[in-house]
Amino acid sequence: MSADTLATVKPAVELEGITKRFPGVVANHDIRITVQPGTVHAIVGENGAGKSTLMKILYGMQKPDEGTIRVNGAEVSFRTPSDAIAVGIGMVHQHFMLADNFTVLENIVLGAEPKRAGVLDTGKARRRIVELAETHGLRVDPDKLVEDLGVGDRQRVEILKVLYRGARILILDEPTAVLVPQEVEELFQNLRELKAEGLTVIFISHKLDEVLDIADAITVIRRGTTVASVDPSEVTARQLAELMVGSELPTPETRESTVTDTVTLKVSELTMPGEGERLLLDDVSFEIHQGEILGIAGVEGNGQSELIEAIMGIRPAQGRIELTGQDITTWSTLKRRESGIGYIPEDRHRQGLLLEASLWENRVLGHQTRKPARSGIWIDRRASKADTERIVRDYDVRTPSVDTLALALSGGNQQKLIVGREMSGEPAFLIAAHPTRGVDVGAQAAIWDHLRNARAAGLAVLLISADLDELIGLSDTIQVIYRGRLVAALDPSDITPERLGGYMTGAIAGTEET
Amino acid sequence: MPAGLNRALLTVAGAVVAIVLAIAICSVAINVAGGDPLTALTALFDFGETPRAQANSIATFLNRAVPLFIAGLAVAVGFRMNLFNIGVEGQYRIAAICAAYVGSTFTAPAWIQIPVIIVVAALVGGLYALIPAVMKVTRGVNEVIATIMLNYIAINLAAFLVRGPFAGQRAKGELTVTTPQLPDSAMFPDLNFLFEGFGMLPPTRGGGLWGFLVVAILLGVVIWVVLERTRFGFNVKASGLNGPAALASGVNPKTMVISAMVLSGAIAGLIGLPEILGDRGAYNSNFTAGLGFLGIAVALLGRNKPVGIAIAALLFAFLDRAQGALQFADIPPSVITIIQGAIVLLVVVANEVTNRFALRLEERRAAQQLGRNTPVEVTA
Repeated sequence: MSADTLATVKPAVELEGITKRFPGVVANHDIRITVQPGTVHAIVGENGAGKSTLMKILYGMQKPDEGTIRVNGAEVSFRTPSDAIAVGIGMVHQHFMLADNFTVLENIVLGAEPKRAGVLDTGKARRRIVELAETHGLRVDPDKLVEDLGVGDRQRVEILKVLYRGARILILDEPTAVLVPQEVEELFQNLRELKAEGLTVIFISHKLDEVLDIADAITVIRRGTTVASVDPSEVTARQLAELMVGSELPTPETRESTVTDTVTLKVSELTMPGEGERLLLDDVSFEIHQGEILGIAGVEGNGQSELIEAIMGIRPAQGRIELTGQDITTWSTLKRRESGIGYIPEDRHRQGLLLEASLWENRVLGHQTRKPARSGIWIDRRASKADTERIVRDYDVRTPSVDTLALALSGGNQQKLIVGREMSGEPAFLIAAHPTRGVDVGAQAAIWDHLRNARAAGLAVLLISADLDELIGLSDTIQVIYRGRLVAALDPSDITPERLGGYMTGAIAGTEET
Repeated sequence: MPAGLNRALLTVAGAVVAIVLAIAICSVAINVAGGDPLTALTALFDFGETPRAQANSIATFLNRAVPLFIAGLAVAVGFRMNLFNIGVEGQYRIAAICAAYVGSTFTAPAWIQIPVIIVVAALVGGLYALIPAVMKVTRGVNEVIATIMLNYIAINLAAFLVRGPFAGQRAKGELTVTTPQLPDSAMFPDLNFLFEGFGMLPPTRGGGLWGFLVVAILLGVVIWVVLERTRFGFNVKASGLNGPAALASGVNPKTMVISAMVLSGAIAGLIGLPEILGDRGAYNSNFTAGLGFLGIAVALLGRNKPVGIAIAALLFAFLDRAQGALQFADIPPSVITIIQGAIVLLVVVANEVTNRFALRLEERRAAQQLGRNTPVEVTA
């Protein structure tokens, strides 16, 4: 190719001066990105940097306040995602949008059904899907039910869905967040094939090793604006991270062990029946000592939520649970909390907060029957507010006042409030489920610090996380949960995320290591 | 607190807009019906010619507001935790007839007689509400369906009781059936002296201004305190705002369903008492029906808060009272029902809109305040 023809190749996507304001915040400010066709272009940035807003703009879900979008050289203006699909842009969402009780074929054609005389033309659809799957190396059985598919397969279905609609530019929003390392490798293989076919992939992520592995070009977003465009062959993960954060990265590593001999929580033979034959929890037993963090690794949906809810007394289970030597198996959730269990729930909006109530009322939640919130039959408003002030101060919750509604806070600040609340009243045992999910790097470091300090002070912690670095960094012991069973006990000091991933998917058979 | 004040002002503004819109809609309806909207509007404020008629109008207006207020409170206690007690209608009717009957079986000094009747009414109402509550927590029966069905049972049971077991003496040729007359000591002292205090003539119709108004106000204050200041109230609020979070915080949802439902029913039990103790002295077949259903509208209008419910009850009573005046002005009184319906619908919409707006405002205020207070980090 001569220099002349190269110059005439128009960029697949060109964003210029994109600005989007939301009430009180600027989500995107003067974003400039040029994506060359036939490449994998990564957009990296930490949580809350404005990546999602940018992608929503590119996919027509939101309109930018300023700036222009050009696709293949032509200026476009999207009002709805269908406008974006019409010019060949497709989006694979982070959370799959599939109907479980439909087959792969049905899911792919849903909303774009080929019809013959008003009837779904299955034959035509099948030919098209098989052809697409073959040319792009996306192996799936079109007649399987989606509910029987694993996460990696579901993702392939999502990609096929987009290709089926004729997309030439694919946006993948955090596609690896739900995958274990082995599946990530498969996905990347698929992406390379797509690239070879001349398709353009926009890859959004904050996992830098992966980005360096797959991307041909990288754009870094920080605080809503593009701060750098770099060539992956010229940067290290460390440098990229510092561009992303604008400063040194925190690490979740714990220092010396503080594990003692005293058992705080003892779970024996915990079993929870499911709907069918399969048990949701199958003979789960473990101990957590004073000053110990026990990490539970597992692909989501393998019994983690059930385990937490059984320990909290929210869902009934057979077996025996002991807290500091007392049998608490038959106790109510309230009594368990009163006797010193703290609980950072996995979904803070669903289980952790009253979004439409003030911060101090959220401080009372879970502590209704204890000081300082309780005063006989009354709620002690003054003491509750004063104690909320303490949490706001000690845990660096950024809020105008303790009367502010919880929904007005950012995710990181909401989470810090929850951590502060659950650490109140000197708990002996803490359940920390995804304690740093969806919070910014600053809050993440602060939450890790609080967990480490509490551990040093003798707190026993059950840590459940999808972030393998967090698990390996914080835990004293790691147990892998797979299909409701604890299949392996591992020592975090000599395990890699890849090996851990092997256990989590059942690829490596469970052996007790430690 | 400015943030709370802001929210309150927004709510009031939304409600006012909704009421103005509702009147506009009804003006159109009146026009179509061949009336003059302006005449109708004047008729709404027409309290009568003579001082006596005015006093009577005011008493009728307040007497109507009292049971509506109590009904609104009863419904609101359930609504607060997303528990739809549609059964207030049945609960108050069964409670009223039982209280009227029990009150007629003995005679004691007023300070014993009246409290006993009140307690019986609350007890019966609460017990009747316990049925759907138990069905919900043990068998998962939806309380809406259960309470609607129990309404039919209660209404027909009351009709049977007043003819059969609880029937009192009936004068020859009289058509209404009634429970035995209550002793004089059961009649609640009226508040007619208030009119004299304002230099007006005391009302004469329907037993004057019912003294139960005082009980209703007290009840409103007590319910406010319970809902806003106690642990129980906090648990009700938490369960209503976010059930899973309340559960995770240690609130037992079953206990909450039972206690909220029984409290709601107990309050509902009092709805019929202003009329019985203030005027009729018995439960008869002319007893005012439909207050339980109106209570749902009143609670919605008042946003489940005692002060709001009081305002809503006064508004509804004001409109109800105007039905007579409208007839004199040659305008179909059913216009009032249209206005009430339109107001409830529009206020519910307005509430939703202002609520979202208020929440957004709060987010923006917080973002702005934080933007000012925290130094902007200088990045490389």
